[in-house]
Amino acid sequence: MTAAVTQRQGFIRALKIQARVIGALILREIITRYGRHNIGFMWLFVEPMIFTLGVLALWTALGLHKVALPIVAFTLSGYATVLLWRNTINRCGNAVEPNRALLHHRNVRIIDLYAARIILEIAGASISFLLLSTLFVAIGMIEPPDDLLKMLLAWFLLAWFSLDMALIIGSLAALSESVDRIWHVASYLFLPLSGAFFMVDWLPPYAQELVLWVPTVNCTELLREGLFGNITRAHYDIGYVVLVNLLLMLPGLLLVRYVGTHVEGE
Amino acid sequence: MIKLVNVTKQYRVRNGVHTVFRDVNLAIAPGEKIGILGRNGAGKSTMIRLLSGAELPTRGRVLRYMSVSWPLAFGGAFQGSLTGKDNVRFICRVYGTDPAAVMPMVEDFAELGRFLREPVKTYSSGMRARLAFAISLAIEFDCFLIDEVISVGDARFHQKCQAELFEKRKDRAMVIVSHEAHNIREHCDRACVLHAGTLHPFPDVDTAYAFYNQNS
Repeated sequence: MTAAVTQRQGFIRALKIQARVIGALILREIITRYGRHNIGFMWLFVEPMIFTLGVLALWTALGLHKVALPIVAFTLSGYATVLLWRNTINRCGNAVEPNRALLHHRNVRIIDLYAARIILEIAGASISFLLLSTLFVAIGMIEPPDDLLKMLLAWFLLAWFSLDMALIIGSLAALSESVDRIWHVASYLFLPLSGAFFMVDWLPPYAQELVLWVPTVNCTELLREGLFGNITRAHYDIGYVVLVNLLLMLPGLLLVRYVGTHVEGE
Repeated sequence: MIKLVNVTKQYRVRNGVHTVFRDVNLAIAPGEKIGILGRNGAGKSTMIRLLSGAELPTRGRVLRYMSVSWPLAFGGAFQGSLTGKDNVRFICRVYGTDPAAVMPMVEDFAELGRFLREPVKTYSSGMRARLAFAISLAIEFDCFLIDEVISVGDARFHQKCQAELFEKRKDRAMVIVSHEAHNIREHCDRACVLHAGTLHPFPDVDTAYAFYNQNS
């Protein structure tokens, strides 16, 4: 057997082990977070669904929708993006501590703890967005999307950005507790800038330029273009988001690696 | 076979670096039973965790050519909010064993009864150790790493451990840390002493104890 073949087999074996470990961790997260009582793991997407519905009701009741766009679709798409990045990043802020004891098992590594939570949160946010939009389209509260592919691309780019940020914030929080607290405050402050509550086109030109530096704004614009089509004029730069996502991945992975060698089991 | 090659372990502490041990070499053959002696803080548990792979060496390499258990110790290895049963399932999935096949043996061996459905954080340390033993026996390893937990449980449980671990599985390798000399004398072929950052190997347990007593 040549060295290359053994190496590839070793890699496939390692991949299988990692998939097994992450699968086990996902089940473990589901059990402690949602329990086996009542609807169990369905809370994963029911929770964001209730949240979105509540905000939707509030906005509609208050009449805060002096906009040219359909309010339900606008709000739903905005909150779906917020939930995607916020939940994914927030859940990684405290990924290590409750699972520290599990690091006694050789194949359970820090990165698996993050991976399990990231997969779970992205899945939850995606399912809830999918279910709600399907429901609203079915009952006629939302027009069917103009370009599904654009929406998928936007969702993918935003999930990727959330993953990068989750790795960075997650590992920094594992190294210092204050990071998690600062992040919580920062994420609130960032909320109005995230692109969920406005279209770039509504802003004055100088603000447009500034706000397009924010990756989530680009993603939200693209998502809404896919949703509304030509009703609105969207501003975004896919290449920029891909570049930022690629660049953020590096510190994310390096930090996780650093945490892996510096945080010990119980 | 497990091999430690020039292994050094250091921890970062508030004022600099603490070296637990330096350039340790050790080979554990299949079926071999090795005791590790050393005073409190000499690095016995660290050694066990390095052997298991739960911790990585600062320098040097740990090579494992057989399946090695996680450190069977009083703390750890279980997620506190999960029930005993869910922890068993988790560990089975991680090691690639079918939980359903393992459960009856674990239930029978751990003797936790209905507590198996309670969160592990409500367990006493003895209960945890019993559960840990039960799972590790159910999964089957070539080498068991045992950190201070042989004397767990009552006489009957002791008896069971004796039968399952040291009789039925006497072909397996074991690395045992214990403060109780009789445990090591009874079960180990040879012993090493961790002293002042170095691992001193001895061909038999008695010479190891002579050295240990001289240096403590």
